[in-house]
Amino acid sequence: MGNVFLIAEQKDGNIKRVSLEILSELNRQGVTTTAVVPGFGDLAKVTESLVKHGAAKVVVLEHEVLNEYTTEAYAKALHTYLVGQNPSVIITGATSHGKDFLPRVAAKFGAGIAADCVSFQFSGERVSVRKPIYAGKCSKIVDFTTGPAVFSVRPNVLATQEANKSGTVEKVAANPGTVRAKVMSTVASQVKKVELTEADIIISGGRSLKSADNFKILNDCAATVGAAVGASRAAVDAGYAPHDMQVGQTGKTVSPKLYIACGISGAIQHLAGMRTSKVIVAINKDPEAPIFQKTDYGIVGDLFEVVPLLTEELKKLKSQS
Amino acid sequence: MTIIVLIKQVPDTETKVRITGDKKGIETNDIKWVINPYDEFAIEEGLKTKERLKEGTVTVVTVGPDRTVEALRTAVAMGADNAIHVKAEGTLDTYLVSKALAEVCKKENGQIIFTGKQAIDDDQAATFAYVAELLDYPSATVIVKCDISADKTKATLEQEADSGAKNIIETSLPAVIGVNKGINTPRYASLPGIMKAKKKEIKTYTLNDLGLGAETARAIDTDYQLPPERAAGKKLSGDIPTQVKELVRLLREEAKVI
Amino acid sequence: MLNFSLSDEQTALRDMVRKFVQQEIIPNAAKYDETGEFPREIINKAWEAGLMNINIPEKFGGMGLGVLSDVIINEEMGAGCLGITTSIAVNTLGLYPIILGGTDAQIEEFAVPFLSSPKLCSFCLTEPGAGSDAGSLSTMATEEGDHFILNGSKMWITNAGHADLFTVFCTTNKELKTKGIICLAVPANLPGISFGKHENKLGQRCSDTRAINFDNVKVPKKNLIGKIGEGFKIAMRTLDRTRTPIAAGAVGAARAAMTYSKNYAKERKQFGQPIANFQAIQFMLADMAVKIESARLLCYNSGWLIDNGQIEQGGYFSALAKRHAADMAMEVATDAVQIYGGYGYTKEYPVEKIMRDVKLVQIYEGTSQIQRIVIARHLLKD
Repeated sequence: MGNVFLIAEQKDGNIKRVSLEILSELNRQGVTTTAVVPGFGDLAKVTESLVKHGAAKVVVLEHEVLNEYTTEAYAKALHTYLVGQNPSVIITGATSHGKDFLPRVAAKFGAGIAADCVSFQFSGERVSVRKPIYAGKCSKIVDFTTGPAVFSVRPNVLATQEANKSGTVEKVAANPGTVRAKVMSTVASQVKKVELTEADIIISGGRSLKSADNFKILNDCAATVGAAVGASRAAVDAGYAPHDMQVGQTGKTVSPKLYIACGISGAIQHLAGMRTSKVIVAINKDPEAPIFQKTDYGIVGDLFEVVPLLTEELKKLKSQS
Repeated sequence: MTIIVLIKQVPDTETKVRITGDKKGIETNDIKWVINPYDEFAIEEGLKTKERLKEGTVTVVTVGPDRTVEALRTAVAMGADNAIHVKAEGTLDTYLVSKALAEVCKKENGQIIFTGKQAIDDDQAATFAYVAELLDYPSATVIVKCDISADKTKATLEQEADSGAKNIIETSLPAVIGVNKGINTPRYASLPGIMKAKKKEIKTYTLNDLGLGAETARAIDTDYQLPPERAAGKKLSGDIPTQVKELVRLLREEAKVI
Repeated sequence: MLNFSLSDEQTALRDMVRKFVQQEIIPNAAKYDETGEFPREIINKAWEAGLMNINIPEKFGGMGLGVLSDVIINEEMGAGCLGITTSIAVNTLGLYPIILGGTDAQIEEFAVPFLSSPKLCSFCLTEPGAGSDAGSLSTMATEEGDHFILNGSKMWITNAGHADLFTVFCTTNKELKTKGIICLAVPANLPGISFGKHENKLGQRCSDTRAINFDNVKVPKKNLIGKIGEGFKIAMRTLDRTRTPIAAGAVGAARAAMTYSKNYAKERKQFGQPIANFQAIQFMLADMAVKIESARLLCYNSGWLIDNGQIEQGGYFSALAKRHAADMAMEVATDAVQIYGGYGYTKEYPVEKIMRDVKLVQIYEGTSQIQRIVIARHLLKD
């Protein structure tokens, strides 16, 4: 397989989960991997985690400048190290940082690049990757010709798995070069209502919510995953939600990754508005409700019991990654 | 001051994706080709920058077969001053396209280069940075605000970071900026603009002209596949707390939507 | 050599208008229909996008576009909302008399200002007592020194309440019938002009439609467009060029109705299957397609003929286009409501509005009955 390098991402001495996801998969495929971690200061937890998940070698690229992320410093430090290692494969997580610096590393090598892949397969010296395109309407395999294969992997797709192996850890002084674009400050997010038609996740309520106040249950759930809240026409007509939250034939047409319908029976007029959602979940007391014909997953239950539990589980999940 | 906007022609977002028999691509017969929506924001930002600075020219560049000239004409109809077409066919990956764009940017001496954060066909989100590295310029992406200093030596940018936060970035110029939706509202190609664009001369280069005649793509596509059909739904079982835990697990691990 | 394709510019034009309609008109159409509020903001945006006053000649700084371009624009806008389309497109109607019958100085004075700001111009022919019988006008223009004194009323004038300029057809001598008619460019700020209320209409509700009263309005003689007695001809030459774009608007509205009902038929299930599987529905949709495609072709043919100087033949085809497009759009919209069933009868769904909007196309710019008379006359002459 040649020399395979995983650029691991850490923040404040904590490893980013996606790095472990990729490493676990590399291990499952029996690929000897060197994890490279740009950073500064105490990274013991990070290196330990990487070894635990199967890194044969961990190299910390150390420099004060790398304490804060900057595109150019990371790209330069990584290339300066990697160019002396004859890399055949360079991988990182498709996080906002990963997608930012990896193309620059690829450019320095004159390499082909595939971003945001959902799987990879090694076969001898070569690796090929699969990535979604056209906003997920289809996917393709990408093979690499000359130069190192450079790709990033989507977070939350691969499973983590600890390995029963040992690995070495070493520190290398990094060369970050000059930085011409720098983050000067960060402004925290203001609570912005997620626009329904653009949301990745939508939680909708029907007439079973019984009051406008009860929509708070959905708002709380939505807040855990940055989802938008919608409503069926029946809920809007009953005055439980304003018209701009209405999903359906005469409301908004939405196509999120995940649509959770709570207490919505599933009349065709509502379905018309959310039919193309990637994944549909329904929570409804009535096991015969038409909406269950259209769902990927369904819970027959009282939304007043189910949704708060869902909120708790989602909160737990969020704190894990 | 030369403002360059790198654009890509892509299938309209409403396109029904159908895979070719050899699985090496999608059917292109009925495709409505449009300017990559994120690149429209880039064109508008280029035009606005010229208006704010009260100087400079806006040059749009694209790489692709002959049909991509239409995208250039639309950009000219919106108000771009110049248009450059790099004529290229076959597999055009990030490597090859970026090399061509970088050569053009060098020729045109681009001082500020705008492009969309990603193209909606291959969703690579990589060209902005690849081109910047080839030019040895700084880069930044997911930008929703761009202010150029009065002396035109630097730019202050607002970048959308994770969970809704915003990073304020300062960069020297020249630089490559990847713009995101929300940076502006793209103007319509006006009717007079459309009429004028028809007559506009478009500069054409071949890859050979740019010294790239021997270059080929370094990432090749095969095995296009549609996602699996939505399987019949599962109704979960067990007591409610168990069902909820199972739902969350399935959404994460099986459906991969959270 | 017969060629059915649009040129690159025409395609670019069509795509641009379609996008404008998608983003600016469609999301707002229902709101303007409900309130009857004047769509001023959208008019301004259309002006900024260069979609208005397209007939002002190039030598005056305008686009100098002809009927075919007007047809393309109107079909796309008609698919969005006819009321808003009328509000935007009527400037072309209002300015044509000046462009066709005026001197260069008059075009400069009255039309060119429309290029620098989104002003509005209304075409004033119809009167309370003169509809189809457009030649028997009562609005009098009496010569007095350097002025014409204008007295009378006009009816059903589009954008009257918001116009900056009126092109008014009036008579100097009722006994001369059409030979006594003149055309005057009347700025809206002249004293003596007053308006009736915004008519509360069945459809195209946001289109501003009013009566106008002229009470001893002093209009300078230099505002006389063409010569005395030429007015009626100027009006007819104008309508020859605007009839077809109006027909195209109906084609667009019908097209929208067909698209909505086709999509609904695929989703609505009865008796265990989508109603699109039933022949009754399929036959309705098929007939819609035949009507729309044939109406569009008549519009294109008429536009091409007029743009290529064959005014008489083009005028004849414009009557064919208007008669067919208006009547078929009404049929198509009615069938669309039928396909939607109960839901189509409510304002929640978009088709009842289209039905109300297209009814007017059978009435204005020459009723469908008048079109038949024109067509028959043409067929039976010689």
